[in-house]
Amino acid sequence: MSDTTGELLELADRVVAQAGAGEHVEAFVSRGGETEVRVYQGDVEHFVSAQSEGIGIRVIKDGRTGFAYAGTLDEAAVAEVLAEARENVQFGSPDEFAGLAEPDGVEPTEQSLWNDDLASYATEKKIDLAKDLERLSAAADERVRVDDSNYADAWGEAAVASTNGIRQAGRENGCYVSVSVLADDGEGDSAETQTGFGFSVGNSPDEFDLDRAAREAADRATRLLGATKPSSKRTTVVLDPFVTAQFLGVISSTLNGEAVVKGRSLFADRLGEEVANPMLTLVDDPTNPKAYTSTDVDGEGLAARRNVLIEDGVLKQFVHNSYSARRAGAASTGNATRGGFAGTPGVGCLALSLVPGTRSQDELIADVDDGLLVQSVQGLHSGVNPISGDFSTGAAGLLIENGTVGAPVREFTIASTLQRMLLDIVEIGGDIDWLPMRAAGMSLVISDITMSGA
Amino acid sequence: MIEHDVLERVLAGATSGGADFAEVYAEDKRSTSAGLDDGRVEQVTSGRDRGAGIRVIAGDTTGFAYTSDLSEAGLRAAADAAVAAAARGGGGVAAVGLVQSDRHRPNAGAGDPDSIDKARKVELLTRMDEAARSHGPEIVQVSAGYGDSTKRVLVANTEGVLADDEIVRTLLRISAVANGDSGMQTGYQSMGHTVGFEIFDSVDVEEMARKAAQQAITKLSARPAPSGEMPVVIANGTGGVLFHEACGHGLEADHIQKGASVYAGKVGELVANPLVTLVDDGTMPGEWGTLGIDDEGRATQRNVLIEDGILTDYMWDYLRAKKEGRPQSGNGRRQSYQHLPMVRMTNTFVMNGPSNPGDIIADTPNGVYVAKLGGGSVNTASGDFVFGMTEAYLIENGQVTEPLRDGNLIGNGPKVLRDIDLLGNDFAMGSPGTCGKDGQGVPVGDGQPTLRVKQLTVGGTAA
Repeated sequence: MSDTTGELLELADRVVAQAGAGEHVEAFVSRGGETEVRVYQGDVEHFVSAQSEGIGIRVIKDGRTGFAYAGTLDEAAVAEVLAEARENVQFGSPDEFAGLAEPDGVEPTEQSLWNDDLASYATEKKIDLAKDLERLSAAADERVRVDDSNYADAWGEAAVASTNGIRQAGRENGCYVSVSVLADDGEGDSAETQTGFGFSVGNSPDEFDLDRAAREAADRATRLLGATKPSSKRTTVVLDPFVTAQFLGVISSTLNGEAVVKGRSLFADRLGEEVANPMLTLVDDPTNPKAYTSTDVDGEGLAARRNVLIEDGVLKQFVHNSYSARRAGAASTGNATRGGFAGTPGVGCLALSLVPGTRSQDELIADVDDGLLVQSVQGLHSGVNPISGDFSTGAAGLLIENGTVGAPVREFTIASTLQRMLLDIVEIGGDIDWLPMRAAGMSLVISDITMSGA
Repeated sequence: MIEHDVLERVLAGATSGGADFAEVYAEDKRSTSAGLDDGRVEQVTSGRDRGAGIRVIAGDTTGFAYTSDLSEAGLRAAADAAVAAAARGGGGVAAVGLVQSDRHRPNAGAGDPDSIDKARKVELLTRMDEAARSHGPEIVQVSAGYGDSTKRVLVANTEGVLADDEIVRTLLRISAVANGDSGMQTGYQSMGHTVGFEIFDSVDVEEMARKAAQQAITKLSARPAPSGEMPVVIANGTGGVLFHEACGHGLEADHIQKGASVYAGKVGELVANPLVTLVDDGTMPGEWGTLGIDDEGRATQRNVLIEDGILTDYMWDYLRAKKEGRPQSGNGRRQSYQHLPMVRMTNTFVMNGPSNPGDIIADTPNGVYVAKLGGGSVNTASGDFVFGMTEAYLIENGQVTEPLRDGNLIGNGPKVLRDIDLLGNDFAMGSPGTCGKDGQGVPVGDGQPTLRVKQLTVGGTAA
């Protein structure tokens, strides 16, 4: 596949060159493609193969911002997008902090984001991977059947340029396999079905661990067979790495500079204070090549960088893009996020992780007399309020008694507040897992959680 | 968007190698949105999304490709990619003769949002900001958003279907933050309709803003929600999400055919309290989930899913209906031309029951009253589902008393349907929703009268 990032950057340059007097213009141009294979009962159920491209243009004049986008790079459409962004300027309120990112001299960390092997990987082999994963998963346990088995890859090229002298272009690709399984048990009225998933990610398909994905999917589903609804009580929970990663995602929204400057962060006034157990250090580091979301530049074209957000339990800093930084009187931390050409930059963590501890999950569990291993949570989007801090989510997992895992439980919630959970952390596991998310996972022990069941 | 004869040639070409079915789905969408936050109109955005998705089915395999190039050459290139993806099938389609379907337009007469001055759209936001901030000194932050879109859709397939639609959508939302001794709290209101800007002739946007502000202020004195099983009363027009999660997804034929739903094999059986009649209806004028045709060209219709507690039917798209040898139900939907269609809900609601809403509360000695629900999610295979409460109160001695902090409720779909023991006579549709499934979001509506579930688990922290 030929590299067209130069072409995209030239297009962005041409748009920026049309800026009039007093006009600040930024063009973000991208092109991408995907392959998705879904296999069911040994046959390809669907195969998706497609490309798309588009441009988003931001114009700022006299402190007012306008924006427009189109899902095409057709020349006439690009001219129309620029005209619409200009027209939209008049409707924005003047904002003394409005502006584009300023080059800050920080050099991007070299990253290996593109893999030629993946770009030229044969279609048949992609289908075989999904078929292999389906077969391995079905064979993992006689109670298991496969709901769907998938191979997916994606590539993207993007360029951003602005009248402030920002000029960045790059490309990346990646792939994963995933499987959803069902485990059945019982007959008639006592028949039950539980679900599990497994996945493996890589820079190239050669890095996949299909056996592990199949085994984890089968384990997740079969472990829950026979699960009952537990009674309500306060307890200690051990979060599985996958759940911890989701929890860190929620925490990150409270450390978002935009939420801070707009008065929506519950930690806004707490810089320098102890907000978490002193064993906790939380880092956002997209320069770490192990992170699934590692990257060299952020959504505004500034170098992505390592930022320590909480150190030994003390809140050290928030993450910013250029706008929230200007309002906060700080410098951008290289945390502009961009969902694609159809939106303007937001603020967010790029690749979060806790500094891991040393012990395995089994060792952590061995120290819990009475507790719960949380295997999955459900409803983080509906029962967690990152502004008030209320945390309540559906969960499923295994009870812990005298240091060992026992009976499966489901249809209950776990609840606390984000503020308390950070302080109630008992131990951080050493089992760091770089998951296909914006946060890494590891086992996490938290005390004094309310479990609501029967 | 695309000429009749071009469609016929592209479809014929896509099946000339032996595929059984080919389809072109084209859309052209223009959108305008505006956001206000922190007292400022941050920006107005104009968007254009245009393209076609081409689906080719050979045997049990579907190939799919999309393109933003609607020329014949662009469509043929995408069709070739879809054909290659679908590999070789059995039948083959010799010639394609498209027959234009009669227009089905439940929302006929929606005004064109692009004919309205953007300044009037922005003004709605500043009015809401003012109304929310002046509602009380506790309000410290307000954000509001406006969005409209006009989407033209064209669907043609080798079975001769040629249908089109034009869908106008208008959305308005506001969220307010109140600050007090106990920290910050939030309030949220939204409205969305398949109607143009004329909707604001009848919507009081200041009242919407005051409601959001009041919700946040009320929660400043909220206590932690209780923990454990108890009766839960859900206000009319907010609990549709309960049915969407408790059984709606489980009645989608793709889950049924894979044996991944607790409702598989249950047609004709009593699955809910006989009070419950559940309908999915894509034809309700002006509602958020309303469409003229689904995204496979099938006219939308009213489908009764549960009647007097008995499961009557599932929801169907082309692929699953074909497999079962039965008609589609107008539930084949997709997020955009870049996505494959699958079985989805439209407007899903429970019809009125016999009770007065006031009596339902009075008949509940102790429990929780949910005035506003947030989102939810379900595991269709196990039936376990959650949904959030964003405005809730304790019920003590048959009366609504203290406000509660946010939390999730959890239940099991089949059990909750049986546990609905009181159903009100005050049906109302709810707020606009976006339903997510397999990574695709589509607009859906829901509704219900006030109802009581005799036992649900409330996921708070108070003993």
